[in-house]
Amino acid sequence: MRVGFFVTCLVDSMRPRIGFAAIRLLEAAGCEVIVPEQQTCCGQPGYNSGDRKSAKAMALKFLAEFEAFDYVVLPSGSCAGMIRVHYPDLCKDDPALLARCIAVGARTFELTDFLANIAKLKKMPGTFQGALTYHDSCSGLRELDVYKQPRALLASMPGVAINEMVESTTCCGFGGTFSVKYGELSTRMADNKCQHIAATHAGTIVGGDLGCLLNIEGRLRRNGDSTTRVMHIAEVLAGTEK
Amino acid sequence: MKNNSINFKRQVTIKLADVKLQSALSRLQSRFVEGRAAVISEISDFEETRTAAAAIRDRVLNDLEHWLMHFEQQATARGAIVHWAETGADVNRIVAEIAVQHGVRTAAKSKSMVSEECGLNDALELAGVTVMETDLGEYILQLAHEAPSHIVAPVVHKNKEEISDLFAEKHQLPRKTGIAELCREAREILRPAFLNADMGISGANFLVAETGSALIVTNEGNGRLVTTLPRVHVAITGIEKVVPTLEDVTTLLRLLPRSATGQSITNYVSVLTGNKNKDDHDGPEHFHIILLDNGRSSLVGSEMQEMLRCIRCGACMNHCPVYQNIGGHAYGWVYPGPMGSILTPLLGGLEKSPDLPNASTLCGACAVVCPVKIPLPDLLRKLREKQMERGMKSRRETFMLKAWAWLALHPPVYALATKFGVRAMSLLGGKNKLLHTLPGASGWTDGRDFPAPEGLTFREIYQRRNRQ
Ligand code: SF4
Repeated sequence: MRVGFFVTCLVDSMRPRIGFAAIRLLEAAGCEVIVPEQQTCCGQPGYNSGDRKSAKAMALKFLAEFEAFDYVVLPSGSCAGMIRVHYPDLCKDDPALLARCIAVGARTFELTDFLANIAKLKKMPGTFQGALTYHDSCSGLRELDVYKQPRALLASMPGVAINEMVESTTCCGFGGTFSVKYGELSTRMADNKCQHIAATHAGTIVGGDLGCLLNIEGRLRRNGDSTTRVMHIAEVLAGTEK
Repeated sequence: MKNNSINFKRQVTIKLADVKLQSALSRLQSRFVEGRAAVISEISDFEETRTAAAAIRDRVLNDLEHWLMHFEQQATARGAIVHWAETGADVNRIVAEIAVQHGVRTAAKSKSMVSEECGLNDALELAGVTVMETDLGEYILQLAHEAPSHIVAPVVHKNKEEISDLFAEKHQLPRKTGIAELCREAREILRPAFLNADMGISGANFLVAETGSALIVTNEGNGRLVTTLPRVHVAITGIEKVVPTLEDVTTLLRLLPRSATGQSITNYVSVLTGNKNKDDHDGPEHFHIILLDNGRSSLVGSEMQEMLRCIRCGACMNHCPVYQNIGGHAYGWVYPGPMGSILTPLLGGLEKSPDLPNASTLCGACAVVCPVKIPLPDLLRKLREKQMERGMKSRRETFMLKAWAWLALHPPVYALATKFGVRAMSLLGGKNKLLHTLPGASGWTDGRDFPAPEGLTFREIYQRRNRQ
C-alpha cells in the first residue's frame, strides 16, 4: 500500500515527533509511506473563517499532490474531515472536480481510523505503562466516526489502562481561530476539560488532534499543573524514538 | 425585543463571572442532555425518524406559500380568522386592534417566543391591556422584568433561592423554599387571571394545514386554560410552522418533546381548531391566528432555508458547549445557542450580530442532536462567508487569512517562514518550553500558556534524514 502522508501544518511546525511517530506506525503496518514535499496546510483555517476562495485553492493543491496514492493518512481528525467532508463542498459547482474530491476523500483517513480499520495493525511498535485518558476531538468524532478506533489500538497495548473521563466528547474549546478570538470562552471550555482530566487521576491525556492538545496543555500549565503528560496518540502507540 | 447581540463579547465576560448563573447552567447536563439520551432509545428508528422529520419540513418549505394558503383556507372554514404580519410591530398592532374590537382589558398569556420577537407585552400594556404570563417560567420572568434565556426553559438561568426571594418580595407573602410550595403560591395568584382574562394569547408549535388547527405542546396546563377559557383566543406564530397533515405532526411529535425536555410526550398536546360552536361546551368565541414573517420569507429558496426547519426544541443549545458556559442572555436577542446564532443575524441583520456566527468552535454537537437535521455548523460557516464577501471582517483578520493562504500556496516561502518562526518561538519558550505571552494572540495567552514548538520543522528534519 502506497500511503501519502499529510503531516498537517500544526504537526510540521509544532511537533515534528508526532509526524515521525505516525510514519513509524504506518510502516509497522506494512505501508510504503511517501511524504510529498510541497505540502503545507489543508485550508481549514481559511475555510472556517469564511475564506472559501483560498480554501478551494488549497484543496486543488492537495488534489495535485495526493491524488495518486492508494491512501492518504493524516495525524488529525479535523484535517482529515476537511478533506473528506468539506473539499466536496468547496468543489460542488464543478462536477469533474467534485468527483475527484469524493474519490480521494474516500481514500483519506485519520491515522487511528486507518490503522484500526484499513491497515489492521495488531501489534503496536511502542510501549506504554500506566493509566491514560482519551479526549475525543470534535471533527474526528462527528465527521469521521472516530471513537472506538483509538481506544481499540490503545487497549491492544499491554501496559495501558484507559480511565475514561466524563464528557470526553465535549469540545475542549480550541476551535482554531476561535481560541484566540474568543479567548475567555475558549479558556473556560479548556478549564472544564482540565477538570474532567484531573478527576480521572490518569496522569496522561491523549488525543488525536494537536490543536486540542496544545489548548489543553496550555491551560494545564497555566493552572500550575506541570506533571500531567499531554500526548498525541501516535506518540503513545509508536513510543518515543530511540 | 431589542437586539443587543452587538454586545456579545462584553456579555460573555460578565456571564462567565456570574457564579449564580454558572451553578444554574450546570443543571443543563443532567436535566436535558441525559434526559434526552435516555428517551431517544425508546425509538428504535430514531435516525430514520429524524430523516423523515427533516423531509416533512422541507416539503413545506419548498412550497411554503401553497401550504400557508391551504392552512388559511381550512382555518377560515372552521371559524378562525387568519392575520398576516410582516413585522413584529404589525403583530402588536393587530393584537391591539383585536383587543379594542372585543373590549379586552386583561389578557392571560401562555409561552410564545414569537411574541418575544415582537415585544408584545410592552406594546399591549401601552394599549391599556394588562397582560399576565401564565407559564410558570415566564411568570417568574415577568415579575423579575427579565427576558427568557432559553426557548424551552426560559428561566433556566435562575436558581430556586432567587425565585423564593423574588416571590416573597413581589407577592408580599412569607418566603417559601420548597418547589411544590412555590408552585402552589404561583398557581393561586394565576388562577383568577385565567378566570378573569378577556383574551388568551398563545403561540403555536405547529399549524396543521389539512385541518386549519394550531397545535401547542405544554406541560403545565396553562396553555389549555389560556386557549379555552377567555372569550378571545389569539395564537401567534411564525409562518414557517405550517405542516401538511396531522399524520406529519405525529412524526414531529415523536421527536420534539424527546429532544426538548427528555420526555416521551408532553403532559398536554392541544389541537386547537376553529372557534366555539353552538353545541361546544368550551372554547373561545373568537379565534384569531397571527402569522409573522419578520424576515423568514427571505430565507425561503436561499442557501439558509434549512434554518426554517427548526421546531424550537432547544436541543442544540442544551448540547452546545458555548451556551452551557454563558447561558442565553449573552446572545442578546430572543433566540440563543446555535440556532439563535444563525437566526438572530438572519432576521435582525448580520451587521448587528458580527460575533454570533463566529462564537462557535463548529464542534458539531448541535447538528448531531437537531431533530430535523439542520446542518447548524455549516450554516454558521455560510454566515462567516457572507461576512467575508461583504467585507465585514476586520482588516487584521482579512490580512492574516490572505497572508496564510498566500504562504500555504507558495511552499518554498512557507518552508522558510515556518523554519524561522518556530526557531524564534522555541527560543522564547525557554527551558519550560512555554510561552506566557504571544504578540497578537493575547486571546490565547491571557488564560493559557502556549506550548513552544520543538525548534525544527518536520519538513526540515525529514529532508535531512532523506539526504543521509
Ligand atoms: S435548530 Fe434543531 S435542535 Fe435547535 S431548536 Fe431548532 S430544531 Fe431544535
